[in-house]
Amino acid sequence: MGAAARSSQNRFDAFFIALIVFCALCYTIWGAARATDAAFEIQMWTAIIALLGGAFMLVGSVASGSNEDVRTKYQNDVIKAGVVASMFWGIAGFLVGVIIAFQLAFPNLFYFEQWGWTNFGRLRPLHTNAVIFAFGGNVLITTSFYVVQRTCRARLAGGLWPWFVFWGFQLVIVLAGTGYLLGVTQGKEYAELPWYTDIWLTIVWVAYLLVFLGTIWRRQEKHIYVANWFYLAFIVTVAMLHIINNLAIPVSFTGWFSYSLFSGVQDALTQWWYGHNAVGFFLTAGFLGIMYYFIPKQADRPVYSYRLSIIHFWALIFLYIWAGPHHLHYTALPQWAQTLGATFSIMLWMPSWGGMINGLMTLSGAWDKLRTDPVLRMLVVSVAFYGMSTFEGPVMSIRAVNSLSHYTDWTIGHVHSGALGWVGFVSFGALYCLTPWLWRRKGLFSAALVEWHFWLSTIGIVLYITSMWVAGVMQGLMWRAYNQFGFLEYAFVETVEAMHPYYIIRALGGTLFLLGALIMAYNLWRTATSDEPAQQRVGDAPVSGVAVAAE
Amino acid sequence: MPYEAATHFAQTWGLALLTALFLAALFYAVWPANGATFNRAAHAPLDREADDDQA
Repeated sequence: MGAAARSSQNRFDAFFIALIVFCALCYTIWGAARATDAAFEIQMWTAIIALLGGAFMLVGSVASGSNEDVRTKYQNDVIKAGVVASMFWGIAGFLVGVIIAFQLAFPNLFYFEQWGWTNFGRLRPLHTNAVIFAFGGNVLITTSFYVVQRTCRARLAGGLWPWFVFWGFQLVIVLAGTGYLLGVTQGKEYAELPWYTDIWLTIVWVAYLLVFLGTIWRRQEKHIYVANWFYLAFIVTVAMLHIINNLAIPVSFTGWFSYSLFSGVQDALTQWWYGHNAVGFFLTAGFLGIMYYFIPKQADRPVYSYRLSIIHFWALIFLYIWAGPHHLHYTALPQWAQTLGATFSIMLWMPSWGGMINGLMTLSGAWDKLRTDPVLRMLVVSVAFYGMSTFEGPVMSIRAVNSLSHYTDWTIGHVHSGALGWVGFVSFGALYCLTPWLWRRKGLFSAALVEWHFWLSTIGIVLYITSMWVAGVMQGLMWRAYNQFGFLEYAFVETVEAMHPYYIIRALGGTLFLLGALIMAYNLWRTATSDEPAQQRVGDAPVSGVAVAAE
Repeated sequence: MPYEAATHFAQTWGLALLTALFLAALFYAVWPANGATFNRAAHAPLDREADDDQA
């Protein structure tokens, strides 16, 4: 493609993005002027400021011509921005988690009657959304942009569109986070976003899908590497789940409140079909894409069995989508649907453990690297946690076990063994790999600091999940204990008192995990800003770029 | 489509279709002739130099 054609395509991208930003600005200004409630007005003003900032960046980028679609080079700048954003939101999310853990342990210490927004009820969705969508989402977008380019040996498609995806997603995060503090929430777990943010996220997500598909379309390798299959499944399924679960009718186009199209048990089933597949496709499939690229890369060995990775992929896709009803045991949901959910959850053992074995065995013949390479160790431990939490989950989905575990802190422990151990560690491993690669350094600033991070976080996770197991099982047993006259043995408040020491241990574990992440941020910062000369990575260019260099 | 018809379809043709699709994926994964493609694909994340050694 000639230079003239490239720049005209670039202008077309810029024009389209400008149109979207302009429409969004018109709506938000109208919304702010006509707002029917104060929270909506604040949300609209936040969006106006962000959209104006975006418009300035767009104009600046087109004027400087810095984002030309040069096919001979990989698009690295948006990935660098993604690494920074991931680390930032990670620390923000972990910090809010530590704050609410201390709120639970010491309710009097962090209770401000005059500041409703500091309440646990407001901060908890802020924490869950910050760690899952802000941290996890940025890690997934960032790594997928990196992996799809390298494995397709082609530049990211779409010119400015990857930047639209990046900044558009940051706007979703800011609107979500500030909204939760204002009390703007649909009240559906992990789907708290109000209707207008839902629509904006849909636009951003469709752009993300098109950028990803466009890059695959450009690929110079005939076969699409398995990591890209996992990323693609994550992007497509999340789009489907997000749109269906959030079908709603706003009370007013200038207010945040809306009513879901579903009601009663249908609403509950749709919500947990969404909720469990957010776990299955956002927190599992997407991060498995990371596993299938970064572990082979860092260990410098091909994946143990490529055939197994394909079976892992399709088995996961065919089974996960049915598991949601296990969240609704002993509810108004028909029992056959509950049993179906539990059965598919148990069948998930096979692909989960197949995938775990595939990841771990990739190191066969290179196990000694675990001793010397703390980044690889972090990636491998993440896969071990993947195996552990995907073993625990199906156990908890069995109705008899669920009668003990449901509504207790056992669930919280289970979620965190997956979230901190699997998602957290595999993300940290990927970011530790990406930073020296992108900023062209020989290695990280300090391997010793990675060791510190690794051990602090590992101890933190162990403290967290063991205390929550004990607290949860104890809580469940206390709830169901009867005395000789058939009355409940314990008042609810007695179970709360009994859990106090475990809540303190949990808060301590979370603090260690946060400390590790702060050490990591310092290490990455020093790596990126190091004044050592840049190291060129041989062969790190699209096929067209390598051909140009060879001429 | 009434509820009974939907569930009947899901429990017969729907089940057969999903099973067939899954079997197709399984056969694709274990088909011996695909071995060379998979071997090459498995080396995709690794450096090209290493790739050439394998070839």
